[in-house]
Amino acid sequence: MLSQQITTLIDKELNKYPADQRQSAVMAALRFVQDEKGWIAPEDMADVAVYLGMPQMAVYEVATFYHMYNLKPMGKHTLTVCTNLSCTLCGAGDTVGYLEKKLGIKLNEVTADGKFGLREGECMGACIDAPLLNVNNKKMCGKLTPEKIDSILADLEGGKA
Amino acid sequence: MINIEIDGKKIQTESGSTVIEAAHQAGIAIPHFCYHKKLSIAANCRMCLVQVEKAPKPLPACATPVNEGMKVFTHSEQAVKAQKGVMEFLLVNHPLDCPICDQGGECMLQDMSVGYGNGHSRYHEEKRMVLSKDIGPLVSAEEMSRCINCTRCVRFGAEIGGQMELGQAFRGEHAEIMSFVSGTVDSELSGNMIDLCPVGALTSKPFRYKARSWELSRRRSVSAHDSLGSGLAVHTKDNRVLRVLPIENDAINECWLSDRDRFAYEGLSSEQRLTKPMIKQGGQWLEVDWQAALEFCANGLRQIAGGAGAEQIGALVTGNSTLEEMYLLQKLMRGMGSDNVDFRLRQSDFSADGKMQGAPWLGMSIADISKADRILIVGSFLRKDHPLLAARIRSAAKHGAQVSVIHSTDDDLLMKVANKTIVAPGALVDAMTQVAKSVASKQADGIAGSLVSGERVAVLLGNFAQQHPQAAQLQALAQQIAEATSGKFGFIGESANSVGGYLVNAIPAGNGLNAAAMLATPRKAYVLLNVEPELDCADAQQAIAAMQAADLVIAMSAYKHGATEYADVLLPIAPFTETSGTFVSSEGRVQSFNGSVKPLGEARPAWKVLRVLGNLLKVEGFDYETSQAVRDEAMQGLDVAAKLNNAVSGIEFKTAAVNGLQRVADVPIYATDAIVRRAVSLQATTDAAQPKAWLHSTELSKLGVQSGAQVKVAQGQDSALLEVAVDDGLPEGVVRVAAGHPMTAMLGAMFGTITVERA
Repeated sequence: MLSQQITTLIDKELNKYPADQRQSAVMAALRFVQDEKGWIAPEDMADVAVYLGMPQMAVYEVATFYHMYNLKPMGKHTLTVCTNLSCTLCGAGDTVGYLEKKLGIKLNEVTADGKFGLREGECMGACIDAPLLNVNNKKMCGKLTPEKIDSILADLEGGKA
Repeated sequence: MINIEIDGKKIQTESGSTVIEAAHQAGIAIPHFCYHKKLSIAANCRMCLVQVEKAPKPLPACATPVNEGMKVFTHSEQAVKAQKGVMEFLLVNHPLDCPICDQGGECMLQDMSVGYGNGHSRYHEEKRMVLSKDIGPLVSAEEMSRCINCTRCVRFGAEIGGQMELGQAFRGEHAEIMSFVSGTVDSELSGNMIDLCPVGALTSKPFRYKARSWELSRRRSVSAHDSLGSGLAVHTKDNRVLRVLPIENDAINECWLSDRDRFAYEGLSSEQRLTKPMIKQGGQWLEVDWQAALEFCANGLRQIAGGAGAEQIGALVTGNSTLEEMYLLQKLMRGMGSDNVDFRLRQSDFSADGKMQGAPWLGMSIADISKADRILIVGSFLRKDHPLLAARIRSAAKHGAQVSVIHSTDDDLLMKVANKTIVAPGALVDAMTQVAKSVASKQADGIAGSLVSGERVAVLLGNFAQQHPQAAQLQALAQQIAEATSGKFGFIGESANSVGGYLVNAIPAGNGLNAAAMLATPRKAYVLLNVEPELDCADAQQAIAAMQAADLVIAMSAYKHGATEYADVLLPIAPFTETSGTFVSSEGRVQSFNGSVKPLGEARPAWKVLRVLGNLLKVEGFDYETSQAVRDEAMQGLDVAAKLNNAVSGIEFKTAAVNGLQRVADVPIYATDAIVRRAVSLQATTDAAQPKAWLHSTELSKLGVQSGAQVKVAQGQDSALLEVAVDDGLPEGVVRVAAGHPMTAMLGAMFGTITVERA
């Protein structure tokens, strides 16, 4: 079941669209689910489908098409490292390597304590700050160096998201 | 109209059409995969790239609208280079497994790669692999690596089938066709995805590895499983039916087939097929030769006719028997002096007999339904009873027609329903009366309002309305509504030959007994043609009792069925694929067909069996050489179009008192006739699940049971143990218990009182 908070948010989103075009709100709805739960389970997709009156498979298509939706639990803080061309030229490979070593996990894995998940991402449109990573799709961190990564992780550990 | 030029050929075409449509009109082939004339345009395969004058680069013909003066080149250097490039890309990830692919020999990709592909590949890297999927017993998705992501199957489901069960998940190189959380594809039209798939990704599960397309002979036939008259291409090898594909006809089934029409053929090679005549002697079934069996029948019938009287003989025939069989059966009965013959086995109200001006039919052509702007569907499990008609109405609804429903269940029609009235069976006449009154007064909202505002109104009575104990009143009301709205009304016939049965008088004419009366006042002898009384009749309990009490039961059937319990002789007859015959569809279309294969074992076409029986009983005029001669005699002087008439007058309106819970009985989609009931793959689908007792949740709490519990459902002297389930779409005061299924075959009438108690 979708929580009260989620349905309230979806209802607000639905105001932006014509009444017979409820499925327009599907991307927002999935985002609300992920914000609350950290990922989007198939059951949640089914609930979104029912709530918006659209086929379950159509919700699944959207959820699997966009990289920023987590299709499995990705920890409390999902770190998405851009590995597209600009970032890679500026050392995204090293960023991923450093994070993997530091967290003791590989890409698409979650630390044992469930705090951090590591993902590969697509271009975030801020190549000037390459290499980049994004925390929970909300906070972008650029010009990454090992020291900067350490401080980001320390902040997150300390609860300063 | 717009003038364009394709490959130097001047073409006039309608404005708004696309280049590929214009080219097809002019007989110019453009290679394509994702384009299909009945589906929306996706333009994702890019195979149909053509050169257009003044366009800087090749354009997809399927998605390019025509323009005045446009010059298109489909085979120019630029076009062919583009097409070859696309083909190379498509083949990059396509496995080279044609020799073991079921689609081999009838594969669009295979054919096209001969024309546009290279003899060798420049791609040496690893190919992408897509995992196999299990999407149900009918459609195989074992080799999804072959998929070229044209999305025809997805679009078919969403647009024609009305439900999007397949979709394209993930993206780019990772895109794949799948169902949601490994669900099955349960659409009753799913088999069409096999036809649509241009490669070997979706193939027919029952047909897998059975034969190559070039080994098969193709025979033209007509579907025996509903009243649409869908054209069948029956593919045979070694005298066996190996698969069935649609024959395209836009006026009937377009290019589709329902799964029932497509996969029912498996029932033809059931182990239960009766291949030798059998006689019961001293409680034992003995195989005998035809001569002995037929003489036994003739003697038995002669004795009863001579002793108790010919009116003690009753003949029952299913509505999916051929015109010839029905004609000869009634001729035989009347020749013996009995008027007891009927094919309307599930009907319970015969009060319109003698008050109708002709044979009840659809009241319009099937194509007319697409043109209607207001459609009222009365008493029909439309999607399950008539899957392709439902698809046609769905498409009409999509194009603006308002669909209204009056029924006793609220099953999802997978289309936009403007208005609906869902009431218990006993209140159906009241609901129709209300609509008729409101329509007459022209001041109306809801269903009546919708109908009044229409220009082309169609009122359709479904199986449930025809089987209803007040069917004649529903007919009269439908007539009133149609008259008041200057519309048309008609019956969606229950079986392949529902109209044909009337045309050849396979109904009592004088003081003979109709199907219900023959069983209510048991006869001493019964002749059954294709009938399984416990599954095909309105009141299974009564039917069985009548059979068991009879002195002589002659069962002509393609199968060894329940009749082994009570019959005295079993005559193996040929199902519709093994005999020539004629079906008259709901819209009055007379379609004859030949046998696709020879009869199995010693089975013989029923018309031949009846001919010999006629000769043995010394009934005049049974000297037919061919089934065509039978048909010619049956149709002699018969103006079918003039005979089709739904008009009825003098129907008495009585209120029927109903106490307690009322039964709502559907005949499940894969329980409609003997062949379908034995088609193993269809029986493995979700639609063929065991029947349950469906109740509204308030009824369930009254009973004090939980959904999923076992309950005792009783009618008359007998009862069935069924699982109980909740359906809040049902009205209160009813329980939905399917008929036509062995688990409910001991129950009584399809309508009327029924009790449910905790088991």
